[in-house]
Amino acid sequence: MPNEHIVRSYDEDLRRLRDMAARMGGLAERQVADATRALVRRDTDLASEVVQRDVQIDALEREIEAFCVQLLALRQPVASDLRVIISVMKVSNDLERIGDYAANAAKRAIVLASLPALGSLNGFERMTHLVQENLKAAMDALVNNDAEAAGRVWAADEPIDTIYNGIFRELLTFMMEDPRNISAATHMLFIAKNLERIGDHTTNIAERIHYAVRGDSLPDERPKADDSAYAVVRPAGE
Amino acid sequence: MSTTAETGTAGAGTQGFGGVQARSDVTLNAPRIAIKNLEFFYGDNRALKGIDFNIPDRQVTGMIGPSGCGKSTLLRVLNRMYSLYPGQRATGEAMIDGMNIVAPDADLNALRAKIGMVFQKPTPFPMTIQENISFGIRLHEKLSRSQMDERIEWALTRAAIWDEVKDRLDASALGLSGGQQQRLCIARTIAVRPEVILFDEPTSALDPISTLKIEELIDELKRDFTIVIVTHNMQQAARCADQVAFFYLGELIEVAPAAQMFTAPKHPKTQEYITGRFG
Repeated sequence: MPNEHIVRSYDEDLRRLRDMAARMGGLAERQVADATRALVRRDTDLASEVVQRDVQIDALEREIEAFCVQLLALRQPVASDLRVIISVMKVSNDLERIGDYAANAAKRAIVLASLPALGSLNGFERMTHLVQENLKAAMDALVNNDAEAAGRVWAADEPIDTIYNGIFRELLTFMMEDPRNISAATHMLFIAKNLERIGDHTTNIAERIHYAVRGDSLPDERPKADDSAYAVVRPAGE
Repeated sequence: MSTTAETGTAGAGTQGFGGVQARSDVTLNAPRIAIKNLEFFYGDNRALKGIDFNIPDRQVTGMIGPSGCGKSTLLRVLNRMYSLYPGQRATGEAMIDGMNIVAPDADLNALRAKIGMVFQKPTPFPMTIQENISFGIRLHEKLSRSQMDERIEWALTRAAIWDEVKDRLDASALGLSGGQQQRLCIARTIAVRPEVILFDEPTSALDPISTLKIEELIDELKRDFTIVIVTHNMQQAARCADQVAFFYLGELIEVAPAAQMFTAPKHPKTQEYITGRFG
């Protein structure tokens, strides 16, 4: 929105709201990166830090929600202002979920550090890299009011799903080879699934930003490549 | 927030903003007044430029825009009030029941019986409450005493003021509160059973509770009447109107169902005005 409000404090409020969302996005991004780093390096201290830091994200979510409620009550926003406030409120829910997934991955990294290493963790690193890139691009799109950038993030989830499928198959193989791998493989599988879910929440964020800027929704169907549900048995007709 | 991460499958995916986006659950009725290429001149000054839109039957059309944008002018055109002033003229079409309101030969008495108007400030006549209502009716119809009493009760009831005045119909209307006076004026307007009621900022002189009473009344009246309301209060347009028209410098910039207008207006000028970025 190029023009400023006649009431300047309204602009300041909206700027503050975007800042809060950006701060929360940055924190979530760091949590995701650190969770994977802790996994790869078998660093239980870092993993514990991630688990503890989750409360900061939860606190920010409550702060954003309270501020949005206040803006709705006091400013009676309409049009683009209304859409931004509603969208940030929803984005903060997605970021909170992302934080939960990262903390859960970190908890599992602590368990995994006590078990023998299983296979390569390259897939996890690549997946984290992509997820993080998308999350950052999504939060930048929010700050810059950029619907095109949000649209690109929304369409860029497929490679993440593809890596997830690869990890799923690989871990399945380890478990079939030797039942003693099942414990570690299951934890790793959940971590991979968490990363995949984080990717999905990031596309949600992109959808909300698109709505905030344009006032309409992205199409219902998003390009997806997660077919792990059918990895063992594919139902007829699918 | 405490759910374990891996069980949380709800949320991510394809949830959009289903109901909140630029759609509206209101369907607009067939036009009661169809306006085509309407222009209006104060002398040489063109105050309305090529206005095209429909006022839907038995729904509320809100007209918004900054001062001098032409919204009140359009209201004055719709009941030919401008005919009282030399040098003011309108061209184009505003059709109601096959009659062009702005045609020079339009029957003004018939027109004003069809289209009533309620003004910004309550304008009760210095008469009794009863006479305020019967005065307008006598201009158009000859009713028996009992028919007249019935009509007065009907109008006062429809205007949601009957219970407050039924015991003092012979008292002066000037003794009523501002909100009551405005509802009396609405009763006076509907007493002649018009098709369309024009409201020119009907609540700008009223306190918030009286304002809400008038808004509730408008909601009630739209079952039987087509309503056009000019308001400076955007929230009021959002609360009352089914369709909202935004005017700027004599032009109709955008007209849309209220829900769309206030969530996702199409025109940047509308967006700037309703969000308080100019005006």
